[in-house]
Amino acid sequence: MTTPLLSVRNLTTEFHLPDGKVARALEDVSFDVLPGQTVGLVGESGCGKTTTLMSVMRLLPASGRITSGRALFQGRDLLQLSEPQMRAVRWKEMAIVFQGAMNALNPVMKVGDQIREAIELHNLMDRDAAEKRVGELLEMVGIQRARRDQYPHQYSGGMRQRAMIAMALACSPDLLFADEPTTALDVMIQAQVLQLLKEIQKELGLAIVMVTHDLGVVAEVCDSVVVMYGGKVAEYGTADAIYNAPQHPYTRRLLASFPDLNRPGDTLASIPGTPPRLTDLPTGCRFHPRCDVKVEACETVSPPMLETEPGHYAACHLCQGREARFS
Amino acid sequence: MTAPILEVRNLYKYFPIRQSLTDLLRRKPADYVKAVDGVSFTLERGEVLAVVGESGCGKTTIARTLIGLEEQTDGEILFHNETVGAHERRARAGLVPLESGGVGTREQQVLPRMSMKRLRQQAQMIFQDPYESLNPRATILEIVAEPLVVHGLARNRDERLARVKTALEEAGLRPAEDYFLRYPHELSGGQRQRVVIASAMVLQPELLIADEPVSMLDVSIRAEILNLLRDLRQKRGVSIVFITHDLSTVAYFADRIAVMYLGRIVETGPAREVLANPQHPYTRALISVIPVPNPRQRRERVILQGETPNPIDLPSGCRFHPRCPIATAECGKNDPPWHAISPTHQAACLRIEQGTS
Repeated sequence: MTTPLLSVRNLTTEFHLPDGKVARALEDVSFDVLPGQTVGLVGESGCGKTTTLMSVMRLLPASGRITSGRALFQGRDLLQLSEPQMRAVRWKEMAIVFQGAMNALNPVMKVGDQIREAIELHNLMDRDAAEKRVGELLEMVGIQRARRDQYPHQYSGGMRQRAMIAMALACSPDLLFADEPTTALDVMIQAQVLQLLKEIQKELGLAIVMVTHDLGVVAEVCDSVVVMYGGKVAEYGTADAIYNAPQHPYTRRLLASFPDLNRPGDTLASIPGTPPRLTDLPTGCRFHPRCDVKVEACETVSPPMLETEPGHYAACHLCQGREARFS
Repeated sequence: MTAPILEVRNLYKYFPIRQSLTDLLRRKPADYVKAVDGVSFTLERGEVLAVVGESGCGKTTIARTLIGLEEQTDGEILFHNETVGAHERRARAGLVPLESGGVGTREQQVLPRMSMKRLRQQAQMIFQDPYESLNPRATILEIVAEPLVVHGLARNRDERLARVKTALEEAGLRPAEDYFLRYPHELSGGQRQRVVIASAMVLQPELLIADEPVSMLDVSIRAEILNLLRDLRQKRGVSIVFITHDLSTVAYFADRIAVMYLGRIVETGPAREVLANPQHPYTRALISVIPVPNPRQRRERVILQGETPNPIDLPSGCRFHPRCPIATAECGKNDPPWHAISPTHQAACLRIEQGTS
């Protein structure tokens, strides 16, 4: 078996809110990222997808605390590194494409200069070499070199997203986090960006962790999928297993709410209710207030993570399997 | 067949580009963004028409022009056979140049003109972003009651309350009283969009113009809002112009589709027919990139390179030809005429007629 590039184990993160409340943003999150693979983190707004990325990158805001867990990246536990050590890992070994590329770029700095800044901060490259690298990166993401001297507002939405990807690749990382990389883009531009990510992955042997709420995007590019609900992992397995043999009721309902062109005219199944507030989580299974197949135990006992098939995990009282043991 | 509720004939909307002083002094002709460039369609009572296309194809401009937020450069919008829009008034006063000849010299239509206020009572718009289209300092009750006050539609407070309550409950906010005194920030995105829908429906309009009503929402919430619009249409018989870039949501409740590219409709027909048998290469590409929620069905996708060109310097001939995977030399020269695939399904592409598409 291949050694994972990143192993997240029992990651638990809390936010201490100004009003004294504690939001349990993540609890017991575990998953693996294999080299060269794409993992999708899926779920509704507020389920902890972005917090997972930020915890692993150690970029949580001041109110966030990682209370337990490990994030093993190439043999080191990222959560134990000092800030200077972490700074050496960030961007050189793992980089992130932030949500809303439109707003993540500095509006008063030329796009090329922003990319060069990322290179110069981390590499001991001289200016000429860095400049050459900027040109290469822009070309890699399909932007003409001549446009390096333009400002973000002169770029279209899709191009800004490409520029963000170029910037993330500046120091040739092994692992790329992409937070909603295609949300807010038109379908055609979305397809272009996904195609670009796939090509770059093939070329550079990059592993990608992609956060999205769009199950269609996940099906298109991911090898394995982590379905999250209310800060916990509901189901985790290969993309094929998640889509064709979903075990958790939440996964099933999420899939059913996705419009399928092959079944036009059907009423879309929706999931009534709203995701739980992280400051006020329900007892037992966090999904039970919205679950249509719940049993009595769901309201009081938090379901353990079960291995229903080798490599396929689900946290639901109705699933059969032995208790999961992540090494 | 009854008369259509809405008829759009040769609608044009050009936005002038601001010129520099030197250009003005040199009498350089003004450039225009040709956002909508000759669009015609009709909408029957109770029908849902989806206008589909990428950013910049002019779909939002159409919506804004229909409801009078923009003034058309030329063309007619007939709502119940009455002309609509500030344009007509100004054209008659000789203030707006008309495409079809001089300044306001066009033969005047003898159609009755509808006042904007009366139009907006019967045609309501739902905007894309439920986070920005609600007044953050007004309660839900105030927000939903406001249209009734503006149009003087409720005789007294009790009647107003009753109508607000019905509208909220029809929009799926039950019990309505729980929401009356809340503010938009206390609601989730899906609930806010329901409030937006309630405040549009409280006037009992005949026409709803929904501009990307679900694109800002999570997938699970999206389904609820789409189902809600579908129910309203069935219960109230309201006609809907549904504007979106996402064809997968269209299949769920549109009767007809109009696919737009660079200010023009390139293909139109019954939703199922267009989705099952798309003729225009642009429609085909749009359909092929719809993500399928199953990794076993990863398909060959036609990914168009580049982006929609800017609508200032339009390509010659067929405006899609620079990005078209099957374009020939002829496509760069001739504007494609409409080609009927069936009595209700048409596409504007030269390659269809040649039988090679």
